Amino acid sequence: MNGVAALSVTDVRLAYGVTEVLKGISLEVRHGEMLGLVGPNGAGKSTLLNVVSGVLRPASGQVCVDGEALNELSTKERARRVAVVAQNPAVPPGFSSLDVVLMGRNPHLGLLQWESSTDIDVCKRAMELTGTWEFAERPVASLSGGERQRVFIARALAQQTDLLLLDEPTAHLDIGYQATMLDMVSTIRNEAGVTVVAAMHDLSLAAQYCDRIAALHNGVVVALGTPTEVLTEAVVSAAFGAEVTVITHPDDGTPVVLPRRKKALPKTED
Amino acid sequence: MSLPLIKDTARRRPLAFLWPLPPVYPWGRLGIGALVVLAIGIVAGGIGAVFIPPWTLVNIVADRLTGVSVSNDWPDSWETIVWRLRMPRIVLTALVGAALGISGATYQGLFRNPLADPYLIGVASGAGLGATIVLLTAVPLFYVGFSVLPLAAFVGGMLAVSVAYGIAKRSGGVELITLILAGVAIASLAGAVTSLLIIRANPDVRPLLGWLFGGFIGASWNDVLTILPYVIVGSLIMMAYSRILNMLQADEHEAKQMGVNVERTKLLLIATASLTTAAAVSVSGLIGFVGLIAPHAVRLVWGHDHRSLLPMSMLVGAGFLVLADIVARTAASPTELPVGVVTAFCGAPFFLYLLRKRGRAGK
Repeated sequence: MNGVAALSVTDVRLAYGVTEVLKGISLEVRHGEMLGLVGPNGAGKSTLLNVVSGVLRPASGQVCVDGEALNELSTKERARRVAVVAQNPAVPPGFSSLDVVLMGRNPHLGLLQWESSTDIDVCKRAMELTGTWEFAERPVASLSGGERQRVFIARALAQQTDLLLLDEPTAHLDIGYQATMLDMVSTIRNEAGVTVVAAMHDLSLAAQYCDRIAALHNGVVVALGTPTEVLTEAVVSAAFGAEVTVITHPDDGTPVVLPRRKKALPKTED
Repeated sequence: MSLPLIKDTARRRPLAFLWPLPPVYPWGRLGIGALVVLAIGIVAGGIGAVFIPPWTLVNIVADRLTGVSVSNDWPDSWETIVWRLRMPRIVLTALVGAALGISGATYQGLFRNPLADPYLIGVASGAGLGATIVLLTAVPLFYVGFSVLPLAAFVGGMLAVSVAYGIAKRSGGVELITLILAGVAIASLAGAVTSLLIIRANPDVRPLLGWLFGGFIGASWNDVLTILPYVIVGSLIMMAYSRILNMLQADEHEAKQMGVNVERTKLLLIATASLTTAAAVSVSGLIGFVGLIAPHAVRLVWGHDHRSLLPMSMLVGAGFLVLADIVARTAASPTELPVGVVTAFCGAPFFLYLLRKRGRAGK
């Protein structure tokens, strides 16, 4: 909490060919915060995450992590500051969960250096936090979707970064597992003290778990603030072009976004 | 291959009782493998028109290497046979097998493609074309005492890979699938030119065919010294990247997000594996199947970790090729079979057996 933002994105622009995907994105994420990125498909959420993780290079604009400009860091230095869990991480064949989590130690190792017992301890802790230590020796390919997702979160934690990017952490999970997964992310955030930026599809879940939400539409941030500020019927219908009703969650007062049918139910004729 | 001594236990990292030891280098496995290759070499040295008992053979080699003779009760001709004919051939065969084994493992890891072999992106066809040009055209075969053939093969192989790499190079990096396709196209082109040259050539193309099929006839210590530096340096570089190769098994973007300089790694490993292969091919001709099958056999028995896969592929490649060369020398004695034919004859069924075994394991 030294005044410098954990992540600051300033006027980032990026185009795939002639299609401009990010049209001047600016936002700041505070230390220890969980920021949700929401927006319709193609709004630029994943692209923005790829820019922040250094996979894509923006055409203009700057990304700073903890005050350091990302483009001045080497690949390895960047991987010590930003870790990513992809939406659909590739599963390397024949490697155990622990093998995979150990790969997250790479940014802390030299080329000729192999994992020491310290690295294994770090991975063990990361796997305990995600509840994956019990299948440390099982091949990742043999795990269920949710278990795999947790292994990849453990791998990102093993990088020991201050910033954790999650791309659709609850995609492909059932409703029970979605809550479990996000509860776990919250716990990790508190225990490991990381800042989380997560692209989310489910607006109501985002409202429940994120401190603040940034709504993206057509490559720009259309709204940024607390869930109650951002998830209004006006913003959601403007960004998603969808008819919705926003009600209040009975548990914690966060907004719940409900879709509405566009066409009335056809009357059945007898 | 399933000697209990060699076969590792199912747990590659026995956490339960060795915790918290870091991942261990497979020294035991490597040591035993090296001893097996050495034993194969000694047996191979004894087999031939004249049988030489293993102990005498070891004595002769020790005598030549150290100058200290334990006993000297062998005919002089044996010494010539062992030191001038058989040993250089066996050592060269082992080196070529090792080079093809580790290059094949590296290519398969890098391209994430089980069908990759060291010849995938054009080394072999380029080398073949280089050799053909030298053998069938008016280029002098010897230049101030040096044979031009290996040099031409080496240059041809590296040129083919460089062209393929140049075509696949984009601003963002090299796309591996484009590289494979470019390599295949260049290989066809080089093959076509080779065929054209053979058809247009004077009738005697047998030396060329002998080279194209691959073999170690007339191997000398000079050949060994020619490729030794490439094999040593190349293998060390590839093994240094074995941990990174593991990380590339997932996805290039993810590897990059975990701090791997993916483009630099690809360039370095493609260059190293191609140089090592080209060096091997330049002295041995085109020997198929070793670079494909050695890494597969290792992977099926000892798992996917490149830290053990690369050095074990070297040993398996070396042992396999020395055994194949014994067959090539003796099966149709007094003439020789091309060793490439032998590797295909033994290698293909063994490969099918491994595939079948993996299928049964129920994966």
